[in-house]
Amino acid sequence: MSALLLSGTALAAPPRDTIVMGKGIDDIVSLDPAEVYEASGGEVVGNLYDRLIDTEPAAPAQLRPALALDWQVGADGLTYTLTLRADAHFADGAPVTAADAAFSLQRALKLDKAPALVLQQLGLTRDNAGERVRAPDEHRLVIVTPQPVAPGLVFACLTSTVASVVERSVVMAHAQEGDFGNFWLATHAAGSGPYRLAVWHPAERYILDADPAYWGGAPANRRIIVRHIKEAATQRLMLLRGDLDYARDLDADQLAAISGDPRFRLDRGVQTLITYLALNQRNPYLRRPEVIEAIKYLVDYAGMARAVLGPTRILHQAFEPQGFLGAIDDLPFGYDPARARALLAEAGLGQGFDVTIDVRNAWPSLDMAQALQASFAEAGIRLGLIPGDGKQVLTKYRARHHDIFLGEWGPDYPDPHSNAEAFIVNPDNSDQAAKKTPAWRNSWSDTALAARVAAAREERDAARRAELYRALQRDHQERAPFVFMYQYVEVAAHAADVDGFVIGRGPARNRYGAIKRR
Amino acid sequence: MTPKAATAALRLLAQVLLTLFGLLLATFLIARVVPIDPVLAVVGDRASAEVYQRVRAELGLDQPLWVQFYRYVSLVLHGDFGRSVLTRNLVTADIARFLPATIELATAATALGVLLGIPLGVLAAARQGSWLDQLIRVVGLLGYSIPVFWLGLMALLVFYAEIGWAAGPGRLDVFYEDRLAPTTGLLLVDSALAGDWAIFRSALAHLLLPAGVLGYFSLAYISRMTRSFMLDQLGEEYIVTARAKGLSEARVLWRHALGNVLMPLVTVIALSYASLLEGSVLTETVFAWPGIGSYLTNSLLSIDMNAVLGGTLVVGVIFVTVNLLADLLYRLLDPRMR
Repeated sequence: MSALLLSGTALAAPPRDTIVMGKGIDDIVSLDPAEVYEASGGEVVGNLYDRLIDTEPAAPAQLRPALALDWQVGADGLTYTLTLRADAHFADGAPVTAADAAFSLQRALKLDKAPALVLQQLGLTRDNAGERVRAPDEHRLVIVTPQPVAPGLVFACLTSTVASVVERSVVMAHAQEGDFGNFWLATHAAGSGPYRLAVWHPAERYILDADPAYWGGAPANRRIIVRHIKEAATQRLMLLRGDLDYARDLDADQLAAISGDPRFRLDRGVQTLITYLALNQRNPYLRRPEVIEAIKYLVDYAGMARAVLGPTRILHQAFEPQGFLGAIDDLPFGYDPARARALLAEAGLGQGFDVTIDVRNAWPSLDMAQALQASFAEAGIRLGLIPGDGKQVLTKYRARHHDIFLGEWGPDYPDPHSNAEAFIVNPDNSDQAAKKTPAWRNSWSDTALAARVAAAREERDAARRAELYRALQRDHQERAPFVFMYQYVEVAAHAADVDGFVIGRGPARNRYGAIKRR
Repeated sequence: MTPKAATAALRLLAQVLLTLFGLLLATFLIARVVPIDPVLAVVGDRASAEVYQRVRAELGLDQPLWVQFYRYVSLVLHGDFGRSVLTRNLVTADIARFLPATIELATAATALGVLLGIPLGVLAAARQGSWLDQLIRVVGLLGYSIPVFWLGLMALLVFYAEIGWAAGPGRLDVFYEDRLAPTTGLLLVDSALAGDWAIFRSALAHLLLPAGVLGYFSLAYISRMTRSFMLDQLGEEYIVTARAKGLSEARVLWRHALGNVLMPLVTVIALSYASLLEGSVLTETVFAWPGIGSYLTNSLLSIDMNAVLGGTLVVGVIFVTVNLLADLLYRLLDPRMR
C-alpha cells in the first residue's frame, strides 16, 4: 500500500534549482540580527542580510567590501568613515542607504540584546550611539569611537552578525512599545542579502528565496529549504534516498560510512569553535601548577581525534583559532602519562586524586569524556563523569560549581581580542562580576597577561599586534588552567550532483549563494 | 438531570479542575527545580550581566515563586497562556500547530494497535500453549522490550532507505509543505476537505511508517492484555455452558468471551491512546515528526515556562478527557454501571 502511495506522489520530485538541507535548527530563538547569537540563527541571518564589511570565508583576518566599498581611519585614530555602494537594495526594492546602516548599529546598541557586546567593544553604548554613529549623507557612514582601538578590531566588529543592515522604514513600521521592531523582526526579515525569507516555522523549517537582482550577483539556486531533522541517523538515510541534498549534522561514524560512496561528497570547513577543558581554580587539586601541566599531558589528543572525532576536528592547542590574526599552530603537548605522573609526584599527589568532569550527554562530548577518563587514570586521576543536557551543564559552569568542564568556545567577532579577553580577562572574581568570561568561570586571573591583552587591543600596527597575540598564547599555554585540544571542522555531506556550499570560519559566514545542481 | 446526577457531575468537574491545578503546580515546581537557567535560552551564554538581569526581570524570575505561579494562573484563567520565548508565538498557536500532528499519529497508531492487537490476543488465548500463542507472545514481548528509537531507525533503514516502500521522515514531501491552509491541522482531513488527493496520498504515505512503529508498541500492549482478559473469561462457567449448548467456537470466542472483555479493554486502549497523545518524543525525533512531544521536550530543556505549562495543561486536559470518555463508554457497555 505504501509503495502504491509512493508511486502516486512521484510528482513531488524536487525542482532542479531548489536545494534541500537537513539540519537541527531548534536552537534558533530569533531572526533579528540585533538578537541572534546561536549558530543556526547566525547562518540564516548571514544569508538574509548584508554587513558593511565582509571577510574572506576561509580567512577571517582578510577583509573585503560588502555594503561598504571602502573604509578610512581618520588622523585622530577615532573617526572611521565608510562609503556605501549605490547599487544595493532591500528585499522590497528600496535602496540601502547610510541612514539604514546608522540606524541598524544604533538600534542594536539601544536594544542592548546579548550581541550588543560586540559593538560595545568599540566604546559605543546605548547612550552615545546616536551621537557617535552618524550618516552625514546618503552614502557615508561615520563612526567615532570614544577611545582609540585597533582599527582591525573596529572592522572585525563591523563584519559580525549584529552589524547587519536592516531596512529602517520596514522595521520601524512594525515597532511597538519602543522595541525598534524587535518582536516583528524576530520572525521576519528586512535585509538586503542574496535571499529573502519565504517561510519560517520555528523548529520545523525555513525557506529562503533567491534575489535575482542581488548586487553581488544572482544566487546559483532559486530556493533553499532547510528542514529541522534533529536525528543525525535520519539525516543520513534521507541523504541516501535523495530526499536531502545536504546532511549537515552527521557524526564521525556516519561520515565514515558514506565517505567512500561515489554518490556523495563531503565539504569541510575549519570553523572558529575551540574544544577545551577548563580546570576550576576553586578546586584545591586543580589549582596546583603541576596538576595543570600534568593534565595537559594526559589528553590523548591524536588518539581521541582518530577514534572519536574523525574529520570533525583538527588538533589545536591555543586560544586563537586558526585563520585569526596572531594565531599559532604550535602543538607543545602530547600524550605522555609518565611525564604527568612525575609532575603529580612533584606536587605530592603520586597516589592521584578524585575529580569530576561536567559534560554534555551527546556525541562527541560524552565519548571524549570517556576517553579522558581512561587516559587520566594512567596517572591515577580518578575522573568521575557528570553528563547533562547542554544548558544544564552550561548553567553549572556559569555558576562555577564544576571541577573540570569539557566545552567549546567560539569568538564573538573575528578579531583576536575576543578570545584573548575571554580566556584571560577577569577583573572581578566575585560572584557578582559583570564579566563572566571563561577566565572568571574558572576563578582564574593573571593581571600581567590581562594588561598585555589591553595593550594588544589598542595596538594600531597589525604586524606588531599579531606578535603580541602570539606571545600571549604561548605564555597562556604554559600556565593557564585551560587545555585547548581541537578546532571544529564543519563537515557537510551532500549528493555528488550538488556543490557550492561555502563553509565559512563561523556559522554566520556559511553561504548558500553558490550552491548549484549539476 | 436528577439532583443525584447533578451532584455527581459537579463532583467530577471539581475533581478534574483539582487534577489540572495539581498538574500545573507540579509542572511549575519541577521546572523550577531543574538545574537549568531559563535566561540562558533567551540571551545565550555571552550576554552581559546587565542584559542578563534585565531579561531575568522581564521573565518575572526575580519574583518569589508563589508570585510567579499566581501571575501565570491568573493569566491562564483569562485564557492567556502567554508566548513561547523560543518560537515567539502564542503558546496556543504553537499547540494548535504541533498537537494535530501528534493526534494524527497517535490515532493511526492506536487504530493499528486495536485492529491487530485484539484479534491476535483473542487467537493467542484460544490457542493457549500452541505455537501460534507462543509466536504472538514473542511479538508482544518484543514490543515491550525493543527500544522505540532503534525500531524506528531500523524501520526507516529497511522500508525507506533500502527497499523504498515507505515515504521518508516528516509529515509530507517537502514540496507539498505550505501548500495547504490548515483547517483542523490533521493533514489527512484537511487535504480530503480540500480535495487535494496528491497531498492526501503524500500525508498517508508519510504517516504509515511512524504509525506502524508506534502501532506495534500499542499492538503489543493491547494483544497481551486481550490475551490475559480472554484467558480469564474462557475459564468461566458461562463459556462452558455456551460450548455445551453447541455454539460454534467462533461465536463463543468473538461474541461471548470478547463481549465481556471489551469493557476492561476500553480502559487499556484509552490509556494507550492517551499516552501516545502526550507525544512520543523518540518516535517524533527519528521521523522528524513535528509533534507536541518534541515541542514540550525542547521547551522543558530551555525552561520555556509558558510553553511547558501551556503544553502540559493541554496534554492534561486531553488525558482527563480520554479517561472520561473511556468511563462513559464503560457505562454504556456495562448496564450494571449505569
